[in-house]
Amino acid sequence: MKTIKVLGTGCANCRNTIKLIEEVAAEKGVAIELSKVEDLPEIMKYGVMSTPGVVVDGKVVHAGGVPDKVRIAGWL
Amino acid sequence: MSSTATPAPTALSRWLLMLAVAVLLWISIYSHLVEFADWLISLLGLQRSTPFGEAVHFFFYDTPKVLLLLTGIVFVMGVVQTFFAPERTRALLSGRRQGVGNVLAALLGIVTPFCSCSAVPLFIGFLSAGVPLGVTFSFLISAPMVNEVALALLFGLFGWQVAALYLGLGLLVAIVSGLVIGHLKMENHLEDWVQQIQRGEAGWAGDTVDDWPARFAAGWHHVREIVSKVWPYILAGIALGAGIHGYVPEDFMASFMGRDVWWAVPAAVLLGVPMYTNAAGIIPIVEALIGKGAALGTVLAFMMSVIALSAPEMIILRKALKPTLIATFAGVVATGILLVGYVFNLVL
Repeated sequence: MKTIKVLGTGCANCRNTIKLIEEVAAEKGVAIELSKVEDLPEIMKYGVMSTPGVVVDGKVVHAGGVPDKVRIAGWL
Repeated sequence: MSSTATPAPTALSRWLLMLAVAVLLWISIYSHLVEFADWLISLLGLQRSTPFGEAVHFFFYDTPKVLLLLTGIVFVMGVVQTFFAPERTRALLSGRRQGVGNVLAALLGIVTPFCSCSAVPLFIGFLSAGVPLGVTFSFLISAPMVNEVALALLFGLFGWQVAALYLGLGLLVAIVSGLVIGHLKMENHLEDWVQQIQRGEAGWAGDTVDDWPARFAAGWHHVREIVSKVWPYILAGIALGAGIHGYVPEDFMASFMGRDVWWAVPAAVLLGVPMYTNAAGIIPIVEALIGKGAALGTVLAFMMSVIALSAPEMIILRKALKPTLIATFAGVVATGILLVGYVFNLVL
């Protein structure tokens, strides 16, 4: 089980990112634990400068803009 | 942006071929815009001498022109932005002194991808990497104000001189405002949790795009993202502008937005703060107003205020800045825009 966190302050792109990750996970049948991090001090701890950011198992894998499906599939 | 596409020479040559075709098509359409509008008017049985005919002609001439320019400029910017990830810009600015740093920050603000929703993370990311507060502000003012959409529309509707003037003055406001804020030494007016963030905590090196097919793909992605977002505003703006163009009497605006009305510039700046729209919707209306006697300086001040001093962005920034610093930021930028408006009205 992978723990995935989406960093973002609630903008449209962050919501799209979460939706996409859920879709890809469902398509591939991978079990994930998806959560949102909206608290700014918390987001800044990851050293991300543009949101939405994606953290997989504690490691930042993406920042800035909605990731495409191929990349999401690569993380899962 | 993903760089998973293999940098095979075939991918590059395919892109170059597509670009060559697109550029040819672009030029041939762009050079026949008046003929197209004229043809459409005669097809509809309208006359340009009637208000309705003039409004329709305005709409069908301006819409394709603006959309073409927007597509072209946004594509080029999308490609250029792949060279300037926020992380790269931060590295370029880290440790710069006031002065040179402010100029560089304002310039980088044009080419670094920026969205007001990540203004705070960017702001803190810069500060924690040792970018001085004033330099960070120069970036933060320039990035939203001097953007490719505003420049494309100004270029399309007013010509390159006005676009260049807007670019130069926008940079000037960003540089000077950042210098002023830097000299006020307001580091202790950052929220406490921001002050506590350790230097050098940066953990993310950034996505790297390093081959040309990926850069072109990023440019195309940028076009789709921006154009799909702003075209309704542009159409609405041009439609409203067309109405003004056809029906509002000449010199109607001169009485309250003309250059002899001293209070027009501050009123325009104040009016702009609560308004939050992108440049796309506001510029076509602005063009029509100028045609009816509004002064260019007043109207440019209004535009800059709408784009650079938006209430929603200040609410976002409030999470990291104490009220005194927000007020200083707004005050300094508003003063700069005010001066730009007055100087413009005096000179032109």
